[in-house]
Amino acid sequence: MLKTELAGVKLSNPAILASGIMGVSGASLSFAAKNGAGAVTSKSISLEPRKGHPNPVILTYGQGMLNAVGLSNAGIKDSLPELEYAVKNAGVPVIASLVEFKAENFGPLAKEISKANPAIIELNLSCPNVESEFGKPFSHDPAAAEWATRAAKRNTKIPVFVKLSPNAPDLCEVARAVKSAGADGITAINTAGPGMQIDIYARRPVLSNKCGGVSGPAIKPIAVKCIYDIYKETKLPIIGTGGATTGADAVEFIMAGASAVGIGSGIYYRGINIFQKVCKEMEEFMENEGFSSIKEMRGAANE
Amino acid sequence: MNENPMITMKISRAAQENPYVKTLYFDYPLKAKPGQCIMLWIPGVGEKPMSISYCDAKRFGASVYAIGTFSKEAIKLKAGDVAGFRGPFGTSFTLGKEKSLALVGGGCGCAPLAFLAEEALKKKKKVFYLLGARSKDYLFFTERMKKAGAEVLVSTDDGSAGTKGFVTELLRSVLQKNKVGKICTCGPEIMMKKVVDISDVSKTPCELSLERYMKCGMGICGQCAVDPIGIRMCVEGPVIKKETAEKITEFGKYRRDASGRRVPI
Repeated sequence: MLKTELAGVKLSNPAILASGIMGVSGASLSFAAKNGAGAVTSKSISLEPRKGHPNPVILTYGQGMLNAVGLSNAGIKDSLPELEYAVKNAGVPVIASLVEFKAENFGPLAKEISKANPAIIELNLSCPNVESEFGKPFSHDPAAAEWATRAAKRNTKIPVFVKLSPNAPDLCEVARAVKSAGADGITAINTAGPGMQIDIYARRPVLSNKCGGVSGPAIKPIAVKCIYDIYKETKLPIIGTGGATTGADAVEFIMAGASAVGIGSGIYYRGINIFQKVCKEMEEFMENEGFSSIKEMRGAANE
Repeated sequence: MNENPMITMKISRAAQENPYVKTLYFDYPLKAKPGQCIMLWIPGVGEKPMSISYCDAKRFGASVYAIGTFSKEAIKLKAGDVAGFRGPFGTSFTLGKEKSLALVGGGCGCAPLAFLAEEALKKKKKVFYLLGARSKDYLFFTERMKKAGAEVLVSTDDGSAGTKGFVTELLRSVLQKNKVGKICTCGPEIMMKKVVDISDVSKTPCELSLERYMKCGMGICGQCAVDPIGIRMCVEGPVIKKETAEKITEFGKYRRDASGRRVPI
């Protein structure tokens, strides 16, 4: 009943581990899979290792979370064996998230990561936490996003998804651009903002990076709108992410046009077995409402 | 929503335990259990996990050991300074039906064990508090533990206090002469691995506290997940049963740095 598909990659359920969460090691990715994730996404991998920002890097507030981890990762050389471990042991499709700071670098990076044979490659073109260091994210500029996508596509046969930002001045234009560059699907959205939290007793921003991407239930309506627009514009397969924590949220994303739903911050709110919980809630909804497949619900709100 | 906000307040008391260790007290009802940690934030410096070494209904204390850049700043903090904390995070040592416990601490590892000892003594259990340190100057909480009613045994590398040698030898002799229902340990991994081996021989249940590089503390960043089972030391740990530790192949061998690369222990 929950079976779904992303550019030919078959998933037993649509609740997948989003990038940046629990994705440091092959063991950690497999642990998420064991807890019911339909697919798992690695933390974004770059050519060189990155230490990321110093702590504090993650904060909670009211209905959301702020993070500025700073794309820490072991680099492609040390990440390859981790990814290979996940491909071998997770038992579900593994999505390799990639990040780079020059569009052309996505070529060699995509080529190298393909050695681990992930089911999907996801280009993180939209992390909001590195702007000061590297200029605006690729996803804010259709030409830059297209260039990065093309660089990756030329260097791999594995389906390429592109992760976009809700902050793009014209998201549909960026979605069209990556589609024309050959993207097989789109992941939307990355964190919103960035936002800032100031501690009034310490009289300064709490995150060491001062600001960070906003995630969690607070950004869910923004995600729904972006998924809705991208589906309408491109009809590409979409991994919908951004504040989904329940089966109802997942159905909402699917009705907006997603084929799968990325879960990240939700692990904090509902525990590592959130994937099982979301699946059970989706099944209950589908039984009550008379839906027999994800495909049937996809884009239902978008007619 | 269940959140772990950053709570910032003035330090109510800062107790110098020895030249290298300070306990920072906050007047806040943390409701922590022995073995859990907080993320301690020093505005402008950074944030690191710290062991809770004292906790009652009104206040708690976290002990810092001057070892790295962060803790060398932390040890300068005094009463009235503003610092922040998030937590408590993670699992705790368990107190069951056993009548006696051997607590084995190495260096700053004795911080959570002091808190555990007091909880165990409140429950009328016999407590052997075994502490190993480099030298006399590195010991702390020994007087506190004696006052609380624990049987305190000390070993130092140079023999400047207690027995000269390893704390694991003290454990062996305690196990030979006494009936011990459970062993709880916290300290260097090489020491804890030895403690686990000893507990295997004596068939004594054993719990240990395994620390890994922590970023979020709330189970989402994945930084403290261990190979090959992937459990997170900030949620499913830091306190684990020895049976779990025996499944963790990196235990005593390697850990991950801030980037996620493996570094030998």
